[in-house]
Amino acid sequence: MSQNQGMPFWMNAILLPFLNLVTAFIAIGVIFLVIGVDPIEATKILVLGAFGYEEGIGFMLYYTTNFIFTGLAVAVAFHAGLFNIGGEGQAYIGGLGAGLACLTLGQWLPGLLIIPIAIVASAVFGAAWAYIPAVLQAYRGSHIVITTIMFNYLAAALMVYLMVNVIREPGQMTPQSAEFDQSMWLPSMHGLLANFGIEIESSPLNISLFIALLAALFVWLFIWHTRWGYQLRTTGSNARAAVYAGIKPSKMIVLSMLVSGGLAGMVGINEILGVNHRLLLDFHMGYGFAGIAVALMGRNHPVGIIIASLLFGILYQGGAELAFEMSGITRDIVVVMQGLVILFSGALEFLYKPWLMKLYLSVSGSSTAQEYA
Amino acid sequence: MQTSMAIELTDVSKHFGAVRANDNVSLSVEAGTIHGIVGENGAGKSTLMSILYGFYQYDKGHIKVFGKDSNFQNSREALAAGIGMVHQHFMLVEPFTVLENVMLGNEGGKLLKEGRDHARKELTRLADEYGLSVDIDARVSSLSVGRQQRVEILKALYRGAKILILDEPTGVLTPQETTELFRILNALKEQGVTIILITHKLQEIMAVTDNVSVMRAGKMVAHRRTAETSKADIAELMVGRKVLLQVDKDDATVGKPLIIVKNLTVKDDLGVERVKNISFEVRAGEVVGIAGVSGNGQSQLLEALSGISRIHSGSIEINGTEVTRSKPVNPERMRELGLAHVPQDRHREGMVGTFSAYETAALGYHNDKDYNGRFMMSRRKVRDYCAKLMDAFDVRPRDPDLKSANFSGGNQQKLILAREFEQDPDILLIGQPTRGVDIGAIEFIHRRIIEMRDAGKAVLLVSVELEEIISVSDRVLVMCDGLITGEVPAAEADEKTLGLMMTSSSANNDASADAAIGKSEVSA
Amino acid sequence: MDAFSTSLLALDATFRVSTPLILAALAGLFSERSGVVDISLEGKMLAGAFAAAAMASVTGSAWIGLLMAIVVSTLLALLHGFACITHRGNQVVSGVAINMLAAGLTILLGVYWFKQGGQTPQLSNDARFLSLDLPGVEALAGVPYLGKIYQELISGHNILVYFAFLMVPLTSWIIYKTRFGLRLRAVGENPNAVDTAGISVTKMRYLAVLCCGVLCGVAGAYISTAQNGFFVRDMTAGQGFIALAALIFGKWRPLSVLLACLLFGFLDALAVRLQGVELPGIGEIPVQFIEALPYILTVILLAGFIGKAVAPKASGIPYVKER
Repeated sequence: MSQNQGMPFWMNAILLPFLNLVTAFIAIGVIFLVIGVDPIEATKILVLGAFGYEEGIGFMLYYTTNFIFTGLAVAVAFHAGLFNIGGEGQAYIGGLGAGLACLTLGQWLPGLLIIPIAIVASAVFGAAWAYIPAVLQAYRGSHIVITTIMFNYLAAALMVYLMVNVIREPGQMTPQSAEFDQSMWLPSMHGLLANFGIEIESSPLNISLFIALLAALFVWLFIWHTRWGYQLRTTGSNARAAVYAGIKPSKMIVLSMLVSGGLAGMVGINEILGVNHRLLLDFHMGYGFAGIAVALMGRNHPVGIIIASLLFGILYQGGAELAFEMSGITRDIVVVMQGLVILFSGALEFLYKPWLMKLYLSVSGSSTAQEYA
Repeated sequence: MQTSMAIELTDVSKHFGAVRANDNVSLSVEAGTIHGIVGENGAGKSTLMSILYGFYQYDKGHIKVFGKDSNFQNSREALAAGIGMVHQHFMLVEPFTVLENVMLGNEGGKLLKEGRDHARKELTRLADEYGLSVDIDARVSSLSVGRQQRVEILKALYRGAKILILDEPTGVLTPQETTELFRILNALKEQGVTIILITHKLQEIMAVTDNVSVMRAGKMVAHRRTAETSKADIAELMVGRKVLLQVDKDDATVGKPLIIVKNLTVKDDLGVERVKNISFEVRAGEVVGIAGVSGNGQSQLLEALSGISRIHSGSIEINGTEVTRSKPVNPERMRELGLAHVPQDRHREGMVGTFSAYETAALGYHNDKDYNGRFMMSRRKVRDYCAKLMDAFDVRPRDPDLKSANFSGGNQQKLILAREFEQDPDILLIGQPTRGVDIGAIEFIHRRIIEMRDAGKAVLLVSVELEEIISVSDRVLVMCDGLITGEVPAAEADEKTLGLMMTSSSANNDASADAAIGKSEVSA
Repeated sequence: MDAFSTSLLALDATFRVSTPLILAALAGLFSERSGVVDISLEGKMLAGAFAAAAMASVTGSAWIGLLMAIVVSTLLALLHGFACITHRGNQVVSGVAINMLAAGLTILLGVYWFKQGGQTPQLSNDARFLSLDLPGVEALAGVPYLGKIYQELISGHNILVYFAFLMVPLTSWIIYKTRFGLRLRAVGENPNAVDTAGISVTKMRYLAVLCCGVLCGVAGAYISTAQNGFFVRDMTAGQGFIALAALIFGKWRPLSVLLACLLFGFLDALAVRLQGVELPGIGEIPVQFIEALPYILTVILLAGFIGKAVAPKASGIPYVKER
């Protein structure tokens, strides 16, 4: 018996997730009280931090860009029945790809050519980092959750090694690369809008937001409107039926993880090409894990993911503001919020279902029980 | 004559959400009798018995067990009142031994060794008393299905069951094992045990029960003394109208062989030979039925023929193309060769429950050029195609957007058959076409299979229902332990002859196992 | 140093490094054998580590710290149980959520209470679990080989190490020789069979999850109050996942799991000795590579052997009464 039988679409897709979210926020409120913070005060700072000023909105959308990429990544893997927790590592290595493209090709090619190459490189590198866990799951049955987590740690180790020993700008103490030439920078949003005479506060927000939205469109088309998406979803829902239908589950596992890793890797477009304009450590921190929360909240659908990404952008920016304003809070509050969202939108997804069902049945007068045929 | 009632149900009702599984059901079971409960799939029999057994709680009504009012909150209470159940899908822990399975829940102490000796003694006593010999220290996974069922019965008796409920017990047994089961049931009856037999097989009701009750769509519709009724009578009560139990068909006009199997050997995932060097043909315009209890290699045969599994040795020729171990053909290619496959287990293989009906309609044909461009798949075109399929096979409700899992079993099966049949294949592989399907749909499906056969298709039908095989096929092959143990024209086939051919080596293994522990098998 | 002493030292280090892995892996064993997949060993260990260090710092007693660690870890375990058992939620998702909650809350509360950026104050020796000398060390010191083994290898560990090693045969006994263990294994293989035998599947799984919580709490306390004297951000560094890999590699059997954990510990101890060592042709081994070794090893282990390991049949599947 399916869990979703009987409940109208809007209840399942909108009301339930909304209730779950509200519960998460109430829990956060309780935690605020425990650490001696006034929840109302905190909420004000949070919302104002995200919306109250132009720069804040810019920051919020810049975060949203990353969440769209990693949220899509997790969702694509979910549709194939896989839990990709390696978004952290894939985003990190994707950034490496983008940065390497700029650093190595910068001398020979014009910026206009390098940018698309770097974009492709970030996706390819991210996909490559997902390849081994994918193959191990597909052909050896190795638990992809554990292997992708291991690869997160490996990405961190690799990047530290590379940044300290190989890529570091000569003569510098900080482990970061030289800054890229301006021609390789992705246009910032405030710069772009200025060309049209619109003045907004400068912020890290750049055109990679549009690339993220395009990626969302691509995912929507890919998953539901192509035969590869069909095969992917079949594999994720019923692997045996997939075999019966002539689909090879192992190929689908690898394909889905490559697409997933590639999407996560595209965080590099935003961080490396759009914001930092150099390779550095820890630019990826937290986006991969946030992607899990975003995907769950967004029900693994691009539209939901975009909305959830906006929400998380608000949380991140607001959380940064909170940590800035209040001495007792660090940015870890956002991690806690993420965890609560995943808990209530994912694991306790159907917490309110029994009550809602009872309410729905009694209100809609469905005592006209159908015959059990 | 005064007979005491073992069980009395009065106006018992149970619903799941908006579905009424049991609707004001009343039933009286006399003590010391074998009472049959029949009904189609989904009539509510299993739910009723689960209520009796404490698995579910009823919403309304009264239950009296041996005269005492009862409302069991869980199976423990039902057990305490003397009710034991043998489920259709065995409730056994496979890696455990028989002893451990019987002890589970009745361990006799916090440490296992405290209760072990007592359990062993008691089990042996019960096995002797009822003639249910089994090796107590054997791992359940190593036992044959018939033996596993004995363990289930022993479990119930060990717990002091005076009323034994058996839910569709013969679905997995050979005719010989079935006869053996009936012998056991009669022995139990003689010892005063009351037996309730849930089944949809009318011949069993006639063979072993004293009384029979008929359920339909959640309601109890009739009670009869078995001696005073007939199969046709019961069938009509089950469905509500006269039912044709045999398919009308002309003689087959046969063409050239489209499936040629030569010395085929197929191994399973664990490397065990499941199809052992068999050869046969299926010609255009005929239905070849493969009879046999599941587990004798039929699944592996179908998987090999449909391209899902690789063959180990020998060859298959499908519509002129040869398939060997070194020249494998995958399911996608098989379809291109003109083969269609209705799988044995639609839930596991034939459909995706969470997909809409139209997405299930594309399963296996998702690369079809009719609704695929270079990159994009036109959902609208797939939906239209699904609507066409639903019209052709009368699938209800006619809603391509409805989730596949929300259709009834019969309609799911009809959709899958429509999907495969409407491709106009040359070859049809059909596994268990009417499993979980109600009688009305069964007639429909059998007729469509005959229509395909009359249109010149080669049809291979695999089924555990002997009646279905005999009625639909032109030729019957019997498969037992990976071998073809007999071939009979359908007109000359009957249950007894087929049953003898189905005498499996597992029955022989049972016999030698009995000899090993010093018991003798009572032969059928 | 001669080979004998070197091996002793290596083994000695192995025991100390393996202890949290053994405890976490056994914790996971109880949970997974009952059919509840647990990705959150890491989070429970981390929370336990923080609780132990915080409590020990405030009260000055390592034992109270240990108690608190067990309480906190068990609460998280019950949360996991609530989501997975009572609400039949996705078990992997629940695990990920708990890991995240633990990671965030430990720092948040740490900053609030101790104002040291998430770190807890360094514990004095009184508030830690220190190494114990077993009786007779002096007397046997003179005995060739055995005396040394007794002194270096067997004696001189802290009490939690001994506890971890004792838990292995104890776990084995519980799982295979008691009524509880029989029912636990049955629930993980065929919960329907258990339900029809009149045993509550829910209760069994909650008990399993509780055992898991207790052992994870001890593992966490070990890390912060025995192995070290403080709590710091991300202290567990993936050991919870490595323990999970060891559990799978050990096919969910206590003795094999012990060996798998010892293997990890041994290679980890070995890797530390590789620091600063020059390899011909490559030069000095990068410190990051050595740090990455446990993770690389986990992947290799999972890749090489897991195809054949068979998890408890009902693992990861929420129990729903079939219609």
